[in-house]
Amino acid sequence: MKKLLVYLKDYKVETVCAPLFKMLEAMFELFVPYVVADIIDNGIQESNSDLVLTKGLLLVVLGLIGLGCSITAQYFAAKAAVGFSTKLKHALFDHIQSLSFTEIDTMGTSTLMTRMTSDVNQVQNGVNMVLRLFLRSPFIVFGAMIMAFLTTTPGEAFIFAVTIPVLAVVVFGIMVITMPMYKKVQAGLDAVLGATRENLTGARVIRAFHKEEEEIEGFEAKTEILANLQLMVGKISALTNPVTYVIINVATVVLLYTGAIRVNDAVISQGELVALVNYMSQILVELIKLANLIILITKALACANRIESVFEVKSSMQWERQTGMGGLTAEQNGPGTEKATEKSGRSEEETAVEFDHVHLTYEGAGAESLCDITMKVKRGETVGVIGGTGSGKSSLVHLIPRFYDATEGAVRIDGRDVKHYGMEALRGKVGMVLQKAVLFRGTIRENLLWGNGAATDEELWEALEAAQAREFVETKEGGLDAVVAQEGRNLSGGQRQRLTIARALVGKPEILILDDSASALDYATDAALRKALRTLSWEATVFIVSQRASSIMHADQIIVLEDGEAAGCGTHEELLAGCEVYQEIYYSQFPRTPDGK
Amino acid sequence: MAEKTGQRETFGKVLHYIKKYWLYLALSIVMASVTVALTLYFPILTGKVIDLVVKPRQVDFPGVLAILKQMVIIALLTGAAQWIMNVCNNKMTYRIVQDIRNEAFRRIEILPLKYIDSHSYGEVVSRVIADVDQFADGLLMGFTQFFTGVVTIVGTLGFMLSINVAVTGVVVLVTPLSFFVAGFIAKKTFTMFHLQSETRGEQTALIEEMVGNQKVVQAFSHEDEALMQFDEINERLGDCSLRAIFFSSITNPSTRFVNNLVYAGVAVVGALFAIRGGISVGQLSCFLSYANQYTKPFNEISGVVTELQNALACAARIFALIEEEPQIPEPEHAAVLQDVEGRVELAHVDFSYVPDRKLITDFNLAVKPGQRVAIVGPTGCGKTTVINLLMRFYDVDQGKICVDGADIREVTRKSLRENYGMVLQETWLKAGTIRDNIVMGRPDATEEEVIAAAKASHAHSFIKRLSKGYDTVIGEDGGSLSQGQKQLLCITRVMLCLPPMLILDEATSSIDTRTEIRIQKAFATMMKGRTSFIVAHRLSTIREADVILVMKDGNIIEQGNHETLLQKKGFYAKLYESQFAS
Repeated sequence: MKKLLVYLKDYKVETVCAPLFKMLEAMFELFVPYVVADIIDNGIQESNSDLVLTKGLLLVVLGLIGLGCSITAQYFAAKAAVGFSTKLKHALFDHIQSLSFTEIDTMGTSTLMTRMTSDVNQVQNGVNMVLRLFLRSPFIVFGAMIMAFLTTTPGEAFIFAVTIPVLAVVVFGIMVITMPMYKKVQAGLDAVLGATRENLTGARVIRAFHKEEEEIEGFEAKTEILANLQLMVGKISALTNPVTYVIINVATVVLLYTGAIRVNDAVISQGELVALVNYMSQILVELIKLANLIILITKALACANRIESVFEVKSSMQWERQTGMGGLTAEQNGPGTEKATEKSGRSEEETAVEFDHVHLTYEGAGAESLCDITMKVKRGETVGVIGGTGSGKSSLVHLIPRFYDATEGAVRIDGRDVKHYGMEALRGKVGMVLQKAVLFRGTIRENLLWGNGAATDEELWEALEAAQAREFVETKEGGLDAVVAQEGRNLSGGQRQRLTIARALVGKPEILILDDSASALDYATDAALRKALRTLSWEATVFIVSQRASSIMHADQIIVLEDGEAAGCGTHEELLAGCEVYQEIYYSQFPRTPDGK
Repeated sequence: MAEKTGQRETFGKVLHYIKKYWLYLALSIVMASVTVALTLYFPILTGKVIDLVVKPRQVDFPGVLAILKQMVIIALLTGAAQWIMNVCNNKMTYRIVQDIRNEAFRRIEILPLKYIDSHSYGEVVSRVIADVDQFADGLLMGFTQFFTGVVTIVGTLGFMLSINVAVTGVVVLVTPLSFFVAGFIAKKTFTMFHLQSETRGEQTALIEEMVGNQKVVQAFSHEDEALMQFDEINERLGDCSLRAIFFSSITNPSTRFVNNLVYAGVAVVGALFAIRGGISVGQLSCFLSYANQYTKPFNEISGVVTELQNALACAARIFALIEEEPQIPEPEHAAVLQDVEGRVELAHVDFSYVPDRKLITDFNLAVKPGQRVAIVGPTGCGKTTVINLLMRFYDVDQGKICVDGADIREVTRKSLRENYGMVLQETWLKAGTIRDNIVMGRPDATEEEVIAAAKASHAHSFIKRLSKGYDTVIGEDGGSLSQGQKQLLCITRVMLCLPPMLILDEATSSIDTRTEIRIQKAFATMMKGRTSFIVAHRLSTIREADVILVMKDGNIIEQGNHETLLQKKGFYAKLYESQFAS
């Protein structure tokens, strides 16, 4: 939580004023029993109606002032809490975006989403409540004690001094005991939720294997565990109210007894005794509020800690701040000249992409996903990457835009290690079309502009044409301005894939990577796409990852992967002649005909 | 009006669940009444003590002590009653929650697939989890709050009236003010809350999109734009949140102020009466503590009403699920399919998912035991539908489907499905170990059998490489496994139990062709002597079928084997050529 407090920095005034005004309100509240004591002692016992009326008016005035203070405090608290969460969300969003793929994989996007939404809301609520109540309640509790000291003798006040710690021990003790139990309850609920979801997503398989009865048994065992946990926790936490009630009232009884003695000895007045009893009941009310507040705070704290742990995850990747620095080109370059420098630098270098004894082991994985890959790709070449499921095809191409860092060895673009590029510069060079065709809510144009925000309509259409998407975009109502639903749900899989390809083409990347991203296209469209990629208006080095031999067989160079190792590298003819794995793949798709073709 | 009767109906159903725990309910109500009565009696005793302690040297100690003893006993009794009430309420609440969840789950297991296919999982899950919780909190807690609230109000009123009518009048007249204030603020804040939740929804959608697809965002260096977009919504949300939170938080201070007015009123009027000897100081102190307590239940009750309505709405959603029409029950003496040969007939089958959109009409097919049937055709032509019908996930509208001559509606679902081995395109794995998933169809399989099956499906080599091999725990829906690996596990699952009939729906769609070829070999051995239905986009996987059904728009337009269909130069030939034309 501590680290999150920086987001309250800009709301110092509000953060201080909110509890302050709450304290003022509490102070005026504490005067009330005192005034009442006055009414009893001087008004009733002296039969002074005027005094009663003026004191009554005083009570109303105290209430009004309290109301004013309290509303002011509520405003400050709300402002600080909302401002805090707004800043927190901004920072969190920014932080999540700075994480590398490795961290995103380990944490999972659904976790990150929960942190950003419900967790932040809980924390906001917590901050709000703390500002409002956290000072108020203790202030009333201790204020009541102090008032007791002031109005009477130390003897009575001593009863308060004993009661308050005893109450505190009981209330907090129960909380300390139940807190870990509530965590278990939450885990139990999660299990019930998981089972429910599983039985919906897996309805077909569960029924096919007629596991319904077993699933019901399993579910009922889970709800039984949950209910038992809840009951156990419930029994203990149900003690809070009765026990505090008993303690306070026993204290009241003691107070009345000693009070009776003091009144008898003329040490205190009857009115003062009434005031003491009133203070006691004020304490009871506030303590219960405080206990509820603490439950809320612990929840908020747990959320805050979870959020903090997201902040603690730092990107495992260090990026060069500026492209030119530390690189091979020694030329001075500002942001504007970056691109030009790299272009001039690259003309001397024939090799566009180079893998130099690259190994890759994913975080937490048992085995290497890539093992000793070495390959050189010339500028303008088309490279085919083929291999079985889980052979490392995606891993290989993900290293080029540096989604992951090679565990060993180096990946170089234009002769320079990708680690020595600035992030924007590198990702600007590489156009990536991912396996999962993701589009964003908005229009087709907005989606395409991701590739290059400054692209003209003409350039967009050019990209669509190359991606074989022109035709269907034209028939859409609104053309480029046709609406894309969240995740592109209103488009077919093939349409989505072609749009994601177009999106990458809009940036005119020097290196274009298609990671199995034409799988939903039929063979004819796929062929037309490949043809278009060969005749792009700029020189691009193209990587095509595919399971289809037909998609990559015409490539200048084909790398065949098996279990993360390069099983072969060469042209179609070379591989067909000498690479067993490639032969197997090829003939599984193009069966040998009797005439040997 | 309809809403009212709906609520009443829902309430009736709720009572049905409570009935089982009526003892706890009764005890809870008794204890609640006891608690309230004793709590209210306590200030009276306090007042009596105070009245005995008026002036120095005049304190009636024996009297004081007698009352104090009573007070201790009452305090203890109140505490005990309160605890018993709480425990009863907990017991009732949690057990009812459990009962409802179990019942909902049982219903899910027998709902027709049609329901599951047409409802979002998240929605159903939220009914079983969130709605049930909210219902329990709202209804049962709301009920006790409501009950104790009403008893407190009535009790306080009674006690107050018994002491002094005029002072009671002050309390009764001023208290409703707090109702008005709270109601007024609630009305004003409603629109603000509405705006807040709308904006929040907008933000959540953006977060879902950008964080959910963070990889794409980064691949295009789109972070800054995303952040800008986020900030714009974030600022707007901040503005309307501030307003909503602030205005709603005025409620408490305002009602507290009203409470203070009541208090002041009681103090003044009470004191004036006391001066004339109308009431004693002790009674006044008693009144004052009542004045403190009296407004509280009012504020609570006004909250409880909305909570109760909300709870009933949740309950209605759960009951809608629980009362959803289940799949057609099996006939009473449904036969058990035994020693199945694998003869499958579809006769004059009509079927559609939506009544007015015909899909399959007059579908006829006779499959001999051991035959291999391949179903091909463009997306949406009804291939998967055939499987839904064979497995009886859906029932035919017209006609019938028979296995070994028995109408599948007349045999038990269990025995029908037991005789099919199914691998679907959508791989599904349950949370648990790899082994748990493999032995699903045959829990008694030995380690050797499991490994043999995994080897046959080529899953063994990747399983071996996982951190704990067959004991590796995978999360819900396969967790970190790749699509292809998941599919291999699903195949292993079937390899292990080897039923007499097989259904392979795009069983190898996520597996590379080379592994696929190897699996095909294993499939071929597996299919020997087994009737099998194979659905595939890839024509290479079905070339060797005995019968190929070419489907289009729900109808079989061509039927035959690979060679004859190619010679026919019809739809199948066109499909085949489109795949290999480069």
